[in-house]
Amino acid sequence: MTQKQIFSHTIAILVDNEAGVLARVIGLFSGRGYNIDSLAVAEVDGQSHLSRITIVTVGTPMVVEQIKAQLGRLVPVHRVVDLTVEAESVERELALIKVAGSGENRVEALRLSEAFRARVVDATPGSFVFELTGRKEKLDAFIDLMRPIGLQEVSRTGVVAISRGPEAL
Amino acid sequence: MSETMTGAQMVLKALAEHGVEHMFGYPGGAVLPIYDELFQQEQVRHILVRHEQGATHAAEGYARSTGKPGVVLVTSGPGATNAVTGLTDALMDSIPMVCITGQVPTHMIGNDAFQEADTVGITRPCTKHNYLVQSVDDLARIIHEAFHVATTGRPGPVVIDIPKDIQFATGEYVAKASVRHKTYHPKVKGDLEAINAAVDLIVNAKKPIFYTGGGMINSGPEACQLLRDFVKMTGFPITSTLMGLGAFPAADDQWLGMLGMHGTYEANMAMHDCDVMINIGARFDDRITGRLDAFSPNSKKIHVDIDPSSINKTVMVDVGIIGDCGHVLEDMIRVYKSRASQPDKAVLGAWWTQVNAWRGINCLSFQDDKTEIKPQYAVQRLYELTKGPNTYITTEVGQHQMWAAQFYRFEEPNRWMTSGGLGTMGYGIPAAVGVQVAHPEALVIDIAGEASALMTMQELSTAVQYRLPIKIFILNNEYMGMVRQWQELLHNGRYSSSYSEALPDFVKLAEAYGATGIRASDPAELDAAIIKMMETPGPVIFDCVVTKNENCYPMIPSGAAHNEMILGGDAGSVSVSDEGRVLV
Repeated sequence: MTQKQIFSHTIAILVDNEAGVLARVIGLFSGRGYNIDSLAVAEVDGQSHLSRITIVTVGTPMVVEQIKAQLGRLVPVHRVVDLTVEAESVERELALIKVAGSGENRVEALRLSEAFRARVVDATPGSFVFELTGRKEKLDAFIDLMRPIGLQEVSRTGVVAISRGPEAL
Repeated sequence: MSETMTGAQMVLKALAEHGVEHMFGYPGGAVLPIYDELFQQEQVRHILVRHEQGATHAAEGYARSTGKPGVVLVTSGPGATNAVTGLTDALMDSIPMVCITGQVPTHMIGNDAFQEADTVGITRPCTKHNYLVQSVDDLARIIHEAFHVATTGRPGPVVIDIPKDIQFATGEYVAKASVRHKTYHPKVKGDLEAINAAVDLIVNAKKPIFYTGGGMINSGPEACQLLRDFVKMTGFPITSTLMGLGAFPAADDQWLGMLGMHGTYEANMAMHDCDVMINIGARFDDRITGRLDAFSPNSKKIHVDIDPSSINKTVMVDVGIIGDCGHVLEDMIRVYKSRASQPDKAVLGAWWTQVNAWRGINCLSFQDDKTEIKPQYAVQRLYELTKGPNTYITTEVGQHQMWAAQFYRFEEPNRWMTSGGLGTMGYGIPAAVGVQVAHPEALVIDIAGEASALMTMQELSTAVQYRLPIKIFILNNEYMGMVRQWQELLHNGRYSSSYSEALPDFVKLAEAYGATGIRASDPAELDAAIIKMMETPGPVIFDCVVTKNENCYPMIPSGAAHNEMILGGDAGSVSVSDEGRVLV
């Protein structure tokens, strides 16, 4: 029953960076009842006004094919690539994580951050802000470890991804 | 050489460049500069409607009956929001439309200004594409793009929202020829490998059927001719969706009638039992498929569609071909002719024997009556007395629409205008206005219900103003008939709010508008009354008083499969599953 099984897909969409383009993409997902697990968007080519949207979505193979076809027919969309099936890809996410505490908890937070290769980007006598980059699972694991020792706030970028090898999107 | 002019002048110049002869609209504060330019030129004729929804449906009727885009001009705020129903209708039925909306001046956008609405926000999900013009230098390019997007690929409505200051501002006009779209290039030629795979299935088919749709009409009369050629060549039976009627002639022996919820028994049974289904320009809509997991369980399915997202959307197919119906048919015929083996005549003969046995059920038969006009009889007589290549039919939505589709027979494309996907009551009168504008000499009839007709009755005033002799043929059963039918079948006859209480006198109503009213309630006088309607020079409301409680059969109850149709005779034994009850 693979047609009924639900898979996670990372989809990269290259769009013209014009007013309302993000609303078109997001509106398509909400209007048709598709899921968005994560979303990242920024201009990637200022000269030709191209933005790249990376969406992590879940669905049955039929639904994911529908999502890609629906995205492809939006007028300002240049390309849609399913980085989960069409290519070997590298996925990364960045998080800023605020942890407050003192004494043993503070020492433990710093020790764990070194183990995860997180960077301290802000420190006060009672707090740290860590910057951590990696796969989603690594970020989840670190945040879970911080929870009992003073986790205050988390800000994450959402997943960005790119295919391995010399070919470009 | 570029030309300098105001934004409003650019609008008119661009419309002229795109060959626009008619537009439908309603003025207001935010489009006055464009109306001022309209006043000073003669190329584009403006038809003043009575409500912006009417403008959009008129544009749809115009587009559907000509193959040209329908053009709409409305003001900001309520002008734009009133257009939303027609835009959605055009999106669902793939009708090319360009709708220009006025907007408050750029510096006031977002301030809740008078008659401000977020038009691009509101219309984003109900258009193929939309634009908010932010600089007069973009305006001409955007209009050219809008026409290109609306009319190519899978056609659809495009909104251009133009703030009032941009209509006054001066800029450079860019000619149509110098614009090429950066990203939008729909594919029209089908993949040859897929076409070959399709022909493999076709030549080996034992129980084949063609299932065609609105995409055939959009592809144009030449494409419809190719379809006719191919169907003749193969000898296969053919059925069509509501939107595709007329692509293949109803008079032909291979024609099985419309399929779907109120389609013919033979069409639905053939769809269910076929071994090869050739879908050209239809989209496996839920009115067509019935219960999905029981839809044509043993067939190989070929699907030709210009919209990649239509393929494998609800029904998984074996061969998907992305391309324009006409182009694909051309290639398909060439490949088919080049094959050594053709479909086996004897095997096909057995299939036709089965199909003809289903035909023998005579599923459209109804109990005629000597004292009351049966709605089916009314459409039959209307068809017999008005048929011809110069007759155009529009409809509203409901029972009368299905009876029209069952009993009015179309031999040519572009003669049948109906709201299929959205099911918009109130479509028919304004659509008839649009058709008559495009075809001044034609006989244009809106087959209507009394409830639907009242939704946009004000457009009769438009018809009177422009001397458009549309005929509004109302099957008046004093009920929202399809709602009543469903309440009878699903809710034990509790007719909640479906009776048309306090109806106007339609004859007097017609006279109040300056049109002619005709009433018929006796089957014996029906023919004479229809002839009188045809001979009346101006617009007519024909109040055809019909049996009140007639149901529309055959019917696939919601949640049922094609081979579980209810015929008129088994009306007492209708049962709908719990799953079916929640469906629409």
